[in-house]
Amino acid sequence: MRIAIAEDSVLLREGLTRLLAEAGHEVVAAAGDAEGFLRAVAASKPDVCVVDVRMPPTFTDEGLRAALLVRDQWPEVGVLVLSQWVEERYATELIGGRPHGVGYLLKDRVADVAEFLDALCRVAAGGSALDPEVVAQLLARSRHPLGGLTPREREVLALMAEGRSNSAIADTLVVGAGAVEKHINSIFTKLALAQGERDHRRVLAVLRYLGTE
Amino acid sequence: MVLIRGLVSPRTWLAFIHHVAGLIVAIVVFVVVVTGLALSVGLLPLALAGLPVLGVTVRFAGLAAVAERARFGLLLGIAIPAWPPRGRSDYRWLVVPRRGVLTARATWGEIGYALLRLVVSAVALPVVLFTWALALVLVTLPAYNGALPGGAAALGGLSARGAPAMAAALAGGLLLLLAAPWLTRGLASADAALAGWLLAPPSDLAARVTELRSSRDRVVDAAEAERRRIERDLHDGAQQRLVALAMELGRAKAKFADDVDGARVLVDQAHTEAKAALSELRDLVRGVHPPVLTDRGLDAALSGLAARCPVPVRVEVDVPVRPKAAVEAVAYFVIAEALTNVAKHARASQVNVVVEGHGYPGTLSIVISDDGIGGADPRGAGLSGLGDRVAGVDGGFSVESPSGGPTIISAVLPCG
Repeated sequence: MRIAIAEDSVLLREGLTRLLAEAGHEVVAAAGDAEGFLRAVAASKPDVCVVDVRMPPTFTDEGLRAALLVRDQWPEVGVLVLSQWVEERYATELIGGRPHGVGYLLKDRVADVAEFLDALCRVAAGGSALDPEVVAQLLARSRHPLGGLTPREREVLALMAEGRSNSAIADTLVVGAGAVEKHINSIFTKLALAQGERDHRRVLAVLRYLGTE
Repeated sequence: MVLIRGLVSPRTWLAFIHHVAGLIVAIVVFVVVVTGLALSVGLLPLALAGLPVLGVTVRFAGLAAVAERARFGLLLGIAIPAWPPRGRSDYRWLVVPRRGVLTARATWGEIGYALLRLVVSAVALPVVLFTWALALVLVTLPAYNGALPGGAAALGGLSARGAPAMAAALAGGLLLLLAAPWLTRGLASADAALAGWLLAPPSDLAARVTELRSSRDRVVDAAEAERRRIERDLHDGAQQRLVALAMELGRAKAKFADDVDGARVLVDQAHTEAKAALSELRDLVRGVHPPVLTDRGLDAALSGLAARCPVPVRVEVDVPVRPKAAVEAVAYFVIAEALTNVAKHARASQVNVVVEGHGYPGTLSIVISDDGIGGADPRGAGLSGLGDRVAGVDGGFSVESPSGGPTIISAVLPCG
């Protein structure tokens, strides 16, 4: 994959670059601020970019705004936003009704290299990757009652919202693919959601239900 | 008896001394202040010369007011509340008053008092002296009347002769002697009322100052306690984890040469330790002031709290206009602490958090209710600290927690 990085901390920027290179990816640009990053994206059209939320000059949400701009201008470029803190509100703004090629993770997740690379690949391929903490916040602030779901179904719902595929959900919960299928059907029936056949449609339905738009 | 009691009462004679001392003080203060004012007005065209004179005059009147408050306290037992003290910063180069001083009610009250003091004393002391003197003259008249030139006391064309006149003089004298202590004390009280009017801040202001002083002390204490808590959390949590992490990495480094598998286990542990430290640091910040609170406001920030609380939380926020940052921070802190308490003590199955903004700038009301076992102590360290934080922004705070539940914590914060 061809990857662009926007991260103001030199330590993390170098670390990320090395980590991605070691995994066999090509880092085409590594910028320390939003402006340089946007120029680099325009010039090199990467498959996916990794963006820190807080960057100079104000250290509030520059990275998030740059990520939104990329999503708007170059819809084919995947955007994975990293942050020291994840917030349901930022996720909602970032997804904006289009959970394709988008990810939002805690920076800590980079420490689990394999999982991080998996999430990055998902985003590059047009899927989504939401941090479990964000999903927990979405569930906590859901406008609809989720009381009708069994604890297991809630777990499956959370993993779906994170953007995981059926087989990944089956691996995480250590159950068979058939069991996952059954849980998902039950969830969609209980929440009165229309069945989507493809993974990211399903994510959209779940996120809509949880109230991201 | 009444006569004797009035005559020998210390209050009467302290009041008498008060009148005498009042005139002496009045003359000194009047002369200095009038001279100072006249000089400063005269020198005002030469601004640099007039202002320091005015400054010195104002400071002198202030000192005189301090002395007068002490005199009223000492001689009459009447406490005249003082204005909040003015500091060095009110003057430039110690003597040139800043604008605030010259427009303050306190300043002109003290100057006015310095001038009126003489008028009041110049009336009160002669009246008191004359009454006492006349009373003594009349009471003792029968004893020396015959020895006076002409054989009798005379006033204008009238002369006092014979038993009826003596009886009348004695009666009048006694009446005056009865009245003199009350007159002395009465005038002193009137004097005190005048001083109170000019020298004391309005009573609601005095009460407000006392209240603010105590709430400020409590806010300082609460902030100090919070600082200590953060320090302790950092020390016991993240710092210990980083120490353990460094230790494990050190051991792994030593093992790599001969025991690669052992080293791998240690690196695994270090990895876990590092992630736990990160998560603890994040939780710590979440409990104090998360960045999203500044960026997106209370509603957005509460999602993180709701997700972190082990008890299901329903959050309803209806705040049309964002209050100022300090109010948002206190509101957030109250909710964070209340939810921590619910998780620790309440054994609840549901918590409701309702935040509503009323009017503009208006107020922000916060209600946190749970269906737990109740019995929370509003005077306990945690809840009283919350009350102190709320008092710091001039808000109201209440805790209802009958044993058996439910617990309702509410706060109303002014947003303006």
